[in-house]
Order: sequence, then C-alpha cells, then structure tokens
Amino acid sequence: MSFLEVLYFLVPAAIFYAAPLIITAIGGVFSERSGVVNIGLEGLMVVGAFVGILFNLTFVQVFGAGTEWWALLAAMIAAALFSLLHAVATVSFRADQVVSGVAINLLAIALCLFLVKMIYGKGQTDFVQERFLRFDIPLVEKIPFIGPMFFQNVYGTSILAIVIAILAWVVLYYTPFGLRLRSVGEHPMAADTMGINVSRMRYIAVMISGGLAGIGGAIYSQSISLDFGHSTINGQGFMALAAMIFGKWHPLGAMGAALFFGFAQALSIVGGSLPIIKEVPSVFLLILPYVLTILALAGFIGKANAPKAIGTPYIKGKR
Amino acid sequence: MSNRLVNNLVPVISVILGLIVGAIVMLVSGYDPILGYAALWNGIFGDAYTVGETLRQITPYILAGLAVAFAFRTGLFNIGVEGQLIVGWFAAAYVGFAFDLPKVIHLPLAILAAAAAGALWGFIPGYLKARFKVHEVIVTIMMNYVALHTTNALIRTVSDGGDKTGVIQPTASLRSDFLENLTDFSRLHYGIIIALAMVLVVWIILEKTTRGFELKAVGLNHYASDYSGMNVNKNIILAMVISGALAGLGGAMEALGTFEYVSVKGGFTGIGFDGIAVALLGANTPLGVIFGATLFGSLKYGALNMPNQAGIPVEIVSIVIAIIIFFVASGYVIRLFLERFSKKKEAK
Amino acid sequence: MEHVIEMLNIRKEFGNFVANDNITLQLKKGEIHALLGENGAGKSTLMNVLFGLYQPEGGEIRVRGKAVKITDPNIANNLGIGMVHQHFMLVEDFSVTENIILGNEPTNVGMISVNTAAKKVKELSELYGLDVDPHAKIQDISVGMQQRVEILKTLYRGAEILIFDEPTASLTPQEITELIRIMRRLIEEGKSIILITHKLKEIMDVSDRVTIIRKGQGIGTVTTSESNPNELASLMVGRQVEFTTIKTVANPSTNVLEIKDLVVTDYRGIEKVKGLNLTVRKGEIVGIAGIDGNGQSELIEAITGLRKVKSGHVFLNEEEITGKRPRKITEAGVGHIPQDRHKHGLVLDFPIGHNIALQTYYTKPISKNGMMNYATISRIAKEIIQKFDVRTQGDHEPARALSGGNQQKAIIGREINRNPDLLIAALPTRGLDVGAIEFIHQQLIEQRDKGKAVLLISFELDEVMNVSDRIAVIYDGQIVDTLNPLQTNEQELGLLMAGQSKNGSQSNQVIEEDRTNV
Repeated sequence: MSFLEVLYFLVPAAIFYAAPLIITAIGGVFSERSGVVNIGLEGLMVVGAFVGILFNLTFVQVFGAGTEWWALLAAMIAAALFSLLHAVATVSFRADQVVSGVAINLLAIALCLFLVKMIYGKGQTDFVQERFLRFDIPLVEKIPFIGPMFFQNVYGTSILAIVIAILAWVVLYYTPFGLRLRSVGEHPMAADTMGINVSRMRYIAVMISGGLAGIGGAIYSQSISLDFGHSTINGQGFMALAAMIFGKWHPLGAMGAALFFGFAQALSIVGGSLPIIKEVPSVFLLILPYVLTILALAGFIGKANAPKAIGTPYIKGKR
Repeated sequence: MSNRLVNNLVPVISVILGLIVGAIVMLVSGYDPILGYAALWNGIFGDAYTVGETLRQITPYILAGLAVAFAFRTGLFNIGVEGQLIVGWFAAAYVGFAFDLPKVIHLPLAILAAAAAGALWGFIPGYLKARFKVHEVIVTIMMNYVALHTTNALIRTVSDGGDKTGVIQPTASLRSDFLENLTDFSRLHYGIIIALAMVLVVWIILEKTTRGFELKAVGLNHYASDYSGMNVNKNIILAMVISGALAGLGGAMEALGTFEYVSVKGGFTGIGFDGIAVALLGANTPLGVIFGATLFGSLKYGALNMPNQAGIPVEIVSIVIAIIIFFVASGYVIRLFLERFSKKKEAK
Repeated sequence: MEHVIEMLNIRKEFGNFVANDNITLQLKKGEIHALLGENGAGKSTLMNVLFGLYQPEGGEIRVRGKAVKITDPNIANNLGIGMVHQHFMLVEDFSVTENIILGNEPTNVGMISVNTAAKKVKELSELYGLDVDPHAKIQDISVGMQQRVEILKTLYRGAEILIFDEPTASLTPQEITELIRIMRRLIEEGKSIILITHKLKEIMDVSDRVTIIRKGQGIGTVTTSESNPNELASLMVGRQVEFTTIKTVANPSTNVLEIKDLVVTDYRGIEKVKGLNLTVRKGEIVGIAGIDGNGQSELIEAITGLRKVKSGHVFLNEEEITGKRPRKITEAGVGHIPQDRHKHGLVLDFPIGHNIALQTYYTKPISKNGMMNYATISRIAKEIIQKFDVRTQGDHEPARALSGGNQQKAIIGREINRNPDLLIAALPTRGLDVGAIEFIHQQLIEQRDKGKAVLLISFELDEVMNVSDRIAVIYDGQIVDTLNPLQTNEQELGLLMAGQSKNGSQSNQVIEEDRTNV
C-alpha cells in the first residue's frame, strides 16, 4: 500500500471509531461544565448500546431501512432518563459524584444484561440487520486528496458526531443557556444570586450528557459490535472521559482528542497490515489514550483546568 | 437519635432498601422474589461447600474494600483498586509459576510480589498528585486500563502467545487441605487469614500509630498538616502505596488461592469497583469493611445459585449492589428522613 | 421622607438558633443607612432575607409602602433591590460583560449579543464614573474594579436600592476613598444604600443613619450626626468598650528574630517581599501595619518555613533558620498563630484534642516508638482547654463544632504551651467578637511580659496601635518605617501604608536600616 492509500484508509476509519467517543465526550463536557463529575459515561453508553440494539431488533419490521437512526433516538431518550438517577443522587441528594458515577456504571451493565437474559434467554442479543453503512458524498468526493480522505466511504454517524461537536460549541459559548450552564459549574452561588436555578441547570446538563452518551453507545453497538453482550462497551465511556479531559473540557477540544484516540484505535485494529506500525506491539496503541491523558493531566501537554465548582454539591444559603 | 446510631443505621437501611428494590425488579420482570431470595440464601448458606466458597469470595473483597477505605481515610479516592489488583494478580501468578523455591520463601515472595506490584500501581497516581497536583480519580481510572492491557500483553508474552499462564507451583499456593476438608472440598484457602490479618494491620496503622495520625491529618487538611511540619507529599504517596499494596494482595488471593493462574481478561474483574461499595458500606473503618465484604461477597457468590434454582439471571444481585451504593452515597437524605422521624417521635 | 424599604420585626431561625429576632430597619429614599453589628450579630442574615436568599419566620417586608414576599433573588431584582456581596459573586473565567448580563442576556436569534451588552455596560459605567473595561476578564482586574463590576451588576438590572456588604474589607485606602465617592454619586442619581459594616469610622464618614443589631436583636436606629463612635460601640457590644489595651511599658533586650534583605515570591513567581529588614527583641511586641497584599502573608510563610525564601536571611536567637523545614523552625522556638485558622490552624474534622496535639503529636510522651498515646493527648488537651478558657463539650468534640473565638483560643493555647521564644500572631482576632479579642490581646501582652518576642500582623490600625510596642509599616514588600505607637497617629500610618512618605511623596525605597533598631 502506498502512503496515500494508507491515509485514505486510515482517516475515515479513525473518524468512524471516533464518532461514539466524540459524542459521548461532548456529553461529558455538558455535565462537567455544569459542575457535575460524570464517570458514569461508561454506564450511560451501555444503556444506549443496549437500547439501540433492542429497538433495532424489535422494530426492524416496522421501520425497515433506517431503523438504526430511530434506534439512536430511542437510545438517547433511554439513557437521558437513566442519567436522571445520577442527577437526583448528586444534585438533590448531595451524593458523592464519583461514587454515584460508579454506581451508574455497575447498575447499567447489570440491568442491561439482566434484561438481555430475560428477553433473549441467553448472554447476548442476536445480530442486527440494519446497521450504519458507508456512502460517498456526491460531488465533493471527486476532490483530489481531500475527497478520498473525507468524503468517500463516509459514515452518517461520523457526520453526526462532527455536527454535534460544532453545535455544542455554539450552544456552550454563544447562547444564554451555555453561559448559564458554565456559570453554574464555575461559581454556582454567583449564578444563584443572578436568579439562575442551579439545580435545574445541573439536571438539564446531566440529562444532556446521558442523551449524548446514549447516542454514542447506540452508534457503537450498531456500527461496530452489531450485537449487545457483557463486553460490548468495554472502556469506551472511560475513553470518552479521557477525551473530554484531554480536550480541556471544550467541545472542539474533546472532538480533537476523540479523533486522535479513534486514530489510535484504528491503528491498533488495522495496524497489522501496515509497515512500521506492524512492528509496534499493539499494547502500546491500546494504552496510548490513557497514558496521554495522564501526561496531559500532569501538565506535560498544556495545563488542563477543570471547572472550578466541579465535584461539589451546591447547598443554598451556605457560605 | 445519637449521631453514632444514625451512622450505623444508614448502611443497614440502604441494604434493606436495596433488597426491596431488587424484589420489585424481580416482580416487575415476572420472577418470584421469594423464590429468588431463597435461592440466594441457599447459594450462600446451603451447605458446607457453599459456605466455604462464600468465604473464599469474601477474601479478595476484604482486601479491595480495605484498599479503598484506607485511601478514603487518608483523603484519597482510589478508583484504581481494580488495576492494582490485576497487576498484583499477575505478579503473584508469575512468581508462583516461574520460580522453583522452598515454600517458606516462595509463598511469601509471591505474596510480596503482588503487594509490590499493587504498590507500584498506586505509587504513580500518588506521585502525580503530590508532585503535579493531579487529581487521583482520573489517573487511577486511566491506570486501570493500562493495567488491563499491559497484563494481558505480559500474559501472552510469558505464555508464548497463549491466553493464560501455567499453574503456579504447589510451593506458592495458599491452598489448604484443612480448610478444604472442613468445607466439603470448596476452594477456601489460607488467604482469608491474610485478609483478616490485614484488617488488624490497617486498624493499628490508622488508630494507633503516629504515622496513621499524620496520614489522616494530611487527608483531612493538607495545609494544616504542612503548617504542623508534616511532609505532605510523602504522606500522600505513602497512602496511595499502602492502598495499592492492599489491592495487590487482593490479586494474590486470586492468583495463589482461588485460580492458581492468571488468564487474559476481556474486561475487569469487578472486584475493585465492588471494593468501593464495600468500603462505603463499612463507613471506611477496618471492621466495617469486614461487614461490607461479607455482605457483598455473599451476595455475589450466592447469586450464582439463582439461575439454577429460581431461573433468575445472576445480574439481579449486581443491580441490588448498585442500588445499595446509591442509597449509601445519598446518606444525606436517609439522615434527613431519620431526623424527621425521630423528631416526630419526640413530639409525641 | 418616604421609606423605600421597611423591614418590620423580622425573625429568622436556623433550627433552634435565632439569627434575627425582632429586627426593624427602615431605609429612606436617598440616604446611606448603615447596618452595624459585630461578626455573627446577624447582619448578613438580615440582608439575605431582604435579598430573597432566606425566608423569614416572622415579620414583614415593605417595598415603597407595599408588603411583599421575596422568595428568591429574582423577585428582589425585580423590586429594584441589588446586592454588592462581600465575597464577590463573579465568575473569574468570564468577562466583565458576561458577568453583568448573566441571567438577563440580550440576544439576537438565540445568540448573546455581546456587543450590544458591552455598549450598555460602558454607558452605565460612564454615567456613574465607574471606569470599567467591559471586555476584560475578571481574573485579570484589580479587587477594586471587581467591586465596581459588582455594583454595575445591580445597576444593569435597574436597582434603586443597593446593599453593600462589608464593602471595604479588602480595599486599599485609595480604593475606599474611591468607593465612598461612588456611593455619594449613586445617591445623587437617586439611589438608596444600605451599608453593612462593623467599622465605626466608615459609618461616621459616610452614613446618614445607623441601625444597630446585637446578637440577633434589633437595638435601634440613630442619626449619625447626633451620635459618636463611643456611643455606637457600646450600643454594638452592649457595654462600655475600652479602646486602648492597658499595658505596662515594654522592656526589650536581645534580638530574637532578625530578618535581613529577605526576598520572597508568591506562587506565580512574582516578588512580594522585596529585600525586607526587621528585628524583634525579647520582651516586645512588634506590630506590622499594612494593607492586605503588601507581602505580609509571604513574609510570615517565609519565616515559618511554609514558603521558599528566594534570597536573604532569617535568624532566630542568632541561628540561621532560613529555608529550613517548618518542623525545624517550630522546634527552634517559633510559635505561629496562622492568619487563616480554618486552612492552616486546624484540622476541622479532628477532635479539638487532636488539634491541640498537632505540633507535638510526634514527641514524647504523646508518641513513643511510632505509637500514639491518645490518653496523654486527652490529658494535655484538657489542661489547655481549661487554662485558655476554650468553651467546648470536651476534648473529643470536633474542632468544626467550636465557635471561631474558641477555635482561636485553642490554637493560641497550643502555641503558647510549647513555650516558644518567638510568637507570630497573624490576624489573630479576625472575625472574632469583642470578648475574644480582648482575651487574645491580653495573652499576647502576657507573653511579652514573660520575656518572649511577639510579632503581630494585622490589617486593623486600632489593633496595631493598641497592642504593639513598635510599629513596622509594610508597603510593597518592604518595611518603609518603624514608629513608636505613642508618637504617631492614624493619618501618618495611613499615608505610610499607602506608600506615601511623610512629606507626601511616593516612597519606594525608604528603608533606613538603623531605624529598625529604634
């Protein structure tokens, strides 16, 4: 394979693997920018992955081609509702946000497997028939160099991920809603004195993170695993969390980090057929995202500043 | 109602609420909760064999719970117990099968190797926190995955591409003919004694030693600790190292007692995350950890009997455990409720 | 004149604690009305009731004669009530404009119109002479300007009544003068002001009337021009207050602490102590007078080993302690009452007994062979608790549960009990009531009389002048002059603290080394 051919193959693959990460990481940005730590992203992705497959298998006769998109919607709603648990525990009941996140992760996988066994009578679901497919975007695909890299063999989910990232950026930084959401995560008491309902903002932010993680999970299960079992989502949520931190809690930063992690994943999966990469033991590619995140946190790759009020419940009237 | 009573009531109420929610889930899903919990009970206490297996399951839970609790008491949230346990498991198994030594050296060496591996995995986040003020939660999460992938790669290397190591030498084994005979040939091993001994050790460190005083002070307020002349960074690192070593010992229980080998893992063991639940339920005290580990270890092992006897998926127990964590973590609300309740009583 | 705000017989309870009991405050249009009371008297609670952050259990609030229920800050805003908080309610990471429009953003097709907003902010800023850059980030502007942003926040929302909560706490004298000018300008534009404070001087300077509260009780309202500081003080405290502490003449001898050409940087690497020289002798109290932020914190942290010294020397009893670890310095004979008792002074979740052992926990007889003897801790703690009159339910009570005054007494007991040669007291009376302040001043003087060296750092001129035997004025990281408290006055000190030398010119390098040995 020539270098260009490798690129034409790797770049779309990287974006493809990155799509669920991008969307989930941006969910994390919403939650954490409002001041709620969400290490439950993994569990929320599990819910999304499961509901996506469940909906797809159940309603494929009704919706036919395109079922997978309706399944995304169902997964989004289910995971947003599931994330309510995290919101209630952390915002209203003042539970430790990390502990609640751990509980979300445990509960999600247990509940989904329980349902799989109850509904299908076995440890994993059947494979879905309707999945996300590649297509070429007319006209622009003909552009030399850029065309084959970005506009041929594109997944709709890749486009969706990039659109969500840009949308999230605009919402968070240019709308009143975004300004209020960020103020709640930086200085909730200031926000309160300006008449902003801190609890309500945090509920909304956590549910957005749930909805987006649900979409992320359903994309993963309907484009990569194609069924649901105990190891369908295996660290994807935590990798999204890493992307969020690596991207400095910024939607576009998170997208960039997720793309990079997707690239590492693509390399670790297809690297065996590439020169040079072939020589690198795959374990290095597997741990790369995590090691990079640790290095980023230690300040070796620019200092990342978390929202100031993150991790602390807001108690009205307490100074 | 006294503060102490409330503190003890919160976990008890949480467990009861968790079991009730579990029953509701079973009811809604069309299963019989009474049948289900009966199967669970039999799975835990059915006969000598199941009791032995339950105790075996409790063993790593005690150590994982201790690791989390120790870190909590010294102001750290160690979510990395899972990874520290995995590297400990590998280290113990490797020393166990690769060396040929007399038992008096081999067994302690294998155990120490596990503790050292876990300690190293704890040292890194501890050092990063002390040196660069990096929050340990994220680092330990990342370290879990690094542990998983790295041990998998190492297992493949030492087994020439296979997916599990050889069985450890008998000289490194924790197996106990005495305990096996006592429990109808369950896999119960001497690890339970090690685990209980560590409970005592941790209690002494925290409650009796000068070092424990420092570790707790640093955990609660590192500014005041600095002011009073304590070496804050050293104590943070030490706390993570001890916590990691305890988690590593949990891995040794699996390597030298239960399985006697280590295999490539598709995902986490879950013991480390359950350790958070154990510590939380035990209010982060060494004695409380025994209580928490006993409960969760029993539930986890007993659940295996539920599909056979009642046709209910084992995951129901994980659901119950997760719900219990939610309730314990939301202790504020339970306290509020208890206060209102006792006030009403006083009013009468 | 009509009343714009009437708070009638307000009662606010927290559990069994009554924070406000039958307090009445009536604000006339166009006046500056001071609300005077000690720390913890219930001033902030009353204002939070007015601002809708707390709901009162009894009483009535009337705005422009109409009874209202203020259940959240939005309602207060709509009634034209704005609050300038003591701890600024500003998002550091946001721009001035973003902070001002937060919660009330002008939009254009769903997007915030930053430019429209910034223009309005600019206009308001010019109208009231506030001189604020709408595009600057909060973290980059001075404390004084941050306060003006707080004022703009209320004006942007159309506030007619402004509440200032302890507005001068962290301002320089120039900024205070500027603030008073701004307050007068606000009155000219038809606004009315409630000024919360415990500083009598400010009240005399700026207010028209004063309402006094004491321990949650309303004491009454007086017209400022018909009152005087002595009367106000006794109304506030409930008894006659001694403005000067009675003490004998100091009898200093050999040098205990000697600081030579000390340079210390803050966490960003900026020099905060710039070649400072200072001497404290046996049997004297040296008070460091200065405005917050002139290097006091860095100086103390450098002496006690909590912060690295960039250059220069610190000697204790002629032995160099520069750059040693805090424990070595403590053991060499330094006692330290830290300026933030919650941050450095106490482990709040430890029992008070453990806190009393915080400096000695590793020494015999408390600790032996690495094991603690908690029975001994308890015994020693009980002695100190009794000796220093720490009001607590026992040595097992968490430090958090004690009042500020009793927490401070425990710290002082802990430090004095170690019998140090040098006692450093940094803001030892901040936030305490008059009783505790008097007790602490007596303790410092007693130490001096026992032949110890005492270094007192304070932002309160009264305290420095009353307690010290010598006053060293710190400005911009240097001791600019050393004065005898009996031969100086507030005006002279104030000028020196603001960086003006006695003849009125700006002084940067007025250190005369022999003066420190007066």
